[in-house]
Amino acid sequence: MNINQLIKFRGKLTDEKGDSSPVVISTRVRLARNLEKYPFPGWAKKSQKREILSSCLNAVGKLAEMENGASLAIEELDDLEKQILMERRLISRELMGCKEGAGVCISRNQSLSVMVNEEDHLRIQLVEGGFHFNDLWDVVNAVDSNLEKELIYAFSRDLGYLTACPTNVGTGLRCSAMMHLPGLVLSNQMEKVVRAVNQLGIAVRGLFGEGSDASGSIFQISNQQTLGESEEEILTRLQNVLTSLLEQEKNARLVLLEKEPLKLFDKIGRAFGILNNSHLLSSAEAMKLLSFLRLATDLEILPGKFRRMVDRILIESQPGHIQYAFGGKGTPAERDEYRAWFIREQISTLPILNFDKLK
Amino acid sequence: MGELIHCQVCQEAATVHLTQIANNKIHKVHLCENCAQSKGMTDPDLFSLEDLFSPTSGFGLEESTADNSIVCKRCGLSSRDFKRHGRFGCPDCYEYLNPLILPMLANMHKSDSHKGKIPHRSIDSLQVSKRVRDLEEELSTAVKEERYEEAAAYRDEIEKLKASPQKGPDHEA
Repeated sequence: MNINQLIKFRGKLTDEKGDSSPVVISTRVRLARNLEKYPFPGWAKKSQKREILSSCLNAVGKLAEMENGASLAIEELDDLEKQILMERRLISRELMGCKEGAGVCISRNQSLSVMVNEEDHLRIQLVEGGFHFNDLWDVVNAVDSNLEKELIYAFSRDLGYLTACPTNVGTGLRCSAMMHLPGLVLSNQMEKVVRAVNQLGIAVRGLFGEGSDASGSIFQISNQQTLGESEEEILTRLQNVLTSLLEQEKNARLVLLEKEPLKLFDKIGRAFGILNNSHLLSSAEAMKLLSFLRLATDLEILPGKFRRMVDRILIESQPGHIQYAFGGKGTPAERDEYRAWFIREQISTLPILNFDKLK
Repeated sequence: MGELIHCQVCQEAATVHLTQIANNKIHKVHLCENCAQSKGMTDPDLFSLEDLFSPTSGFGLEESTADNSIVCKRCGLSSRDFKRHGRFGCPDCYEYLNPLILPMLANMHKSDSHKGKIPHRSIDSLQVSKRVRDLEEELSTAVKEERYEEAAAYRDEIEKLKASPQKGPDHEA
């Protein structure tokens, strides 16, 4: 599969076949690994990076999960292609900036991706819609065990898997969930939540904007500590925190429905109205409005089966995707026009909002 | 209007303000838009408060007391390089820069020793050494409690294990 085919195909996050759940948009599990024989990518010579790239891509290419997948050298991709991979969460922003000797292997269903020579020699990651840490960990763990037959990892008995940054040493495991928390944001509880969660060694990052005021009320929540706890302990602890966040979000929504239902309905109704009728739409505004549409599917104001579609539009209306669909360039205004048209088209199949059940 | 807060990096007016409470200490960081951007604070994939407050971030909240002159004998990375980039040069840095690293790891993580997955090729040698450590503990308890016969048995087993050839990454590479 080449880059153009990959972009044209829909992946695990956008194919509308997979799982979706209220609040938890997607989950991701990733492992950081390095080869014993070489300096870390940031300190390695160009020639060493090339050797690392070829031996890693060779080993990764042998994985059954990578059959008919794509194996890409970052230097051969243009900025727009990289941007799209980033928006699909298949590569990181850091990898986008790598000039030489970096690459990525992406599975056919665009769920598993292995980055080579990012901050570490290998970043093995798996993303899926819904709340599924244990399943994801089983797959990533098996992939890692298979790679280990081909590659000799840097490992110390005291410190575990050795990584370029000390924040990843030990298990090298970072698990994160993309959570949609409009209830907590609208009731001004997010700051309190971030503080509480931080104290448990769990990080909360705004997804599309700075600080906790993330547009679309979407947050990425992940474990910060990787050393001193087993993989299972890390997963269990994070899942406990996420489950309690999920409950708090559901409670916040119930309180809003009870105390200020009209305020909430008005926001959802206006979002639907603008998305259906606007002619210029920036990506930030689209994100904010689509977030209310997602909330509408959770509250059954729209049938729940459309949640996956909203999640797909959230990804496909981001700047790279719009620019690509628009055929490359275009002025910002032209792209906003195109985005408005694209979303109008996409949501034209939705039924009208039904608030009756909640009244 | 309150007084203007300046960016901690470039002295421009700060527009990004972050507060984190860790270990009951409040940390505040003020940055301008540009510096926030260049520190990756607008990028969810790169930025975390924890990274920012770590001794490796360059914000220097806590000046490390470790010697600046430690150098990794394998890759040449110095502790100064590490402080500047926040990244190690090679796997052996963890050994050579150990005095700098250990206190930092204990702060950053649950503990400073690994629990969890072990690469298959390290399992044999690790299991042997763990068994030796366990037996040594048993041995000293047995000696303390004057169970000399058992102690002798432990000692024999330890010697046997230590004499057996070990294979692992150290010996293969």
